[in-house]
Amino acid sequence: MSSTDPNQTVSTEAAPETAPTPVDHEPETNDSPPSKSSGWAVFLFFMIGFVGSILSGWILFPELLYSKKDQPIDFNHAVHLDMVSDECNSCHYFRDDGSFAGMPDLSSCVDCHEEAQTDDPEEIKFVDEYVTPGIEVPWLNHSKQPDCVFFSHSAHVIGADMSCESCHGDIGTSEHTRVFEENRLTGYSRDIWGHSISRLGKPEAGEPLPMKMNDCAKCHKEETGHKGACFQCHK
Amino acid sequence: MKEKNNHKHAKRYGMVIDLDKCTGCGSCMVGCYSENNVPFKTDETNKLDSINWIQVYKITNGKPFPNTEVCYLPMPCMQCDGVGKHGHSPCVSVCPAVATDYDYETGIVSQIYTRCFGCRYCMAACPYHARKFNWWDPVWPADMEKYLSPNVSPRMRGVVEKCSFCFHRYQLARDKAYYEKREELKENEYQTACAEACPTGAITFGDLNNKSHAVYKLKNSPNAFRLLERLKTNPKVYYLSNKRWVRRAGDNYLAHEEPAKIKQKVNQHH
Repeated sequence: MSSTDPNQTVSTEAAPETAPTPVDHEPETNDSPPSKSSGWAVFLFFMIGFVGSILSGWILFPELLYSKKDQPIDFNHAVHLDMVSDECNSCHYFRDDGSFAGMPDLSSCVDCHEEAQTDDPEEIKFVDEYVTPGIEVPWLNHSKQPDCVFFSHSAHVIGADMSCESCHGDIGTSEHTRVFEENRLTGYSRDIWGHSISRLGKPEAGEPLPMKMNDCAKCHKEETGHKGACFQCHK
Repeated sequence: MKEKNNHKHAKRYGMVIDLDKCTGCGSCMVGCYSENNVPFKTDETNKLDSINWIQVYKITNGKPFPNTEVCYLPMPCMQCDGVGKHGHSPCVSVCPAVATDYDYETGIVSQIYTRCFGCRYCMAACPYHARKFNWWDPVWPADMEKYLSPNVSPRMRGVVEKCSFCFHRYQLARDKAYYEKREELKENEYQTACAEACPTGAITFGDLNNKSHAVYKLKNSPNAFRLLERLKTNPKVYYLSNKRWVRRAGDNYLAHEEPAKIKQKVNQHH
């Protein structure tokens, strides 16, 4: 087809009058493709939808998916780490059978906090609400794994000589607890999936590592040469 | 599944069950039920619905009184090594979901319930009826849920489950070994619940590759046999019996066939 002004080919009525050169296939002008202006409209409309869906998926969806909760007590790791003798192990210790105690229970705290030692409002709240009535603090666990997962702290910390920070980040130097973002569907912390909703890129230095199965497998592959059998981490 | 055996000191945990000592009391089954959170049903006689990881069968020599003899046969998962001990177990090789795999470090066949989608192909492939299907969600009476073991995840409706040789006990024993900076587990550190529950000591458990473990000697006894030896599933559960008819009951031997010779023939090909 000869190249003509697109504006002219749009109007079928005008075509016979203003055709500058004889047109071989005159009837086909009826089936000519849409004009560039309507093509741009379609493209723009598509892009608005495309960008809109990306934004809602990456920004709005995480906002909806995760609820934000505060820990029952605003715990200051930095203060405690300065005062204890055996670093993390002072409170998060191994039992004699090799199992890991995880978050300390109230009896460990009471050793020092039978009465408030400072006039810090968080400490006073802790003593009044939990120590005096003898109620365990319902800490929100950022690293809680599903029931089917077996994780051995002794294999990693003692066996492989890994530091706590290598998975949990610089939690020991924090002065305030982080906001606990709970997945409304599963009940697990956002830390498990990782902060990046697309799971691209690496977490910044000092941030906890994501703890999905693929994250475990990736490290195992790098460190031991294979991902390991299912039973290594499942129960 | 594609994982190669690159561990020099790979374990091959196995079991030797002395059938002459077994009284058929069922303690092993009860021990297993409570250890592994196995759900029991109101009517356990319905064998299409009931679930157990170890089941005691009763076999007889088929002769009329007064020559009738009875033998009880406890059957856990046989943890088959497959032909040539390469982990080609009947169930592992058919699972389309890779929900079951062979652990080369221990020789134990795993079953991952969150991965299983319940096609039951493995149950069809297993020649030992070791695998059971959850037709219903488990229900425990009243407060019994509080007694469940946190070391074994309970199963949901629609998945297959089976004996794991109490793998969580192995994991916990490993934890202790790491803590004490040991490489090896002691024989008594990792024992299955059924072996511990057996009042007559009929069940012996240990590493079949380890010469210092009791099972190593027992499995080489002339009275030792395995079930369906001819299928070359290479099970890690051995049975002992002084009685010839019991040993012959281990497979569908023809009248002229000698179990010992078949065993030898099969082992030659491994």
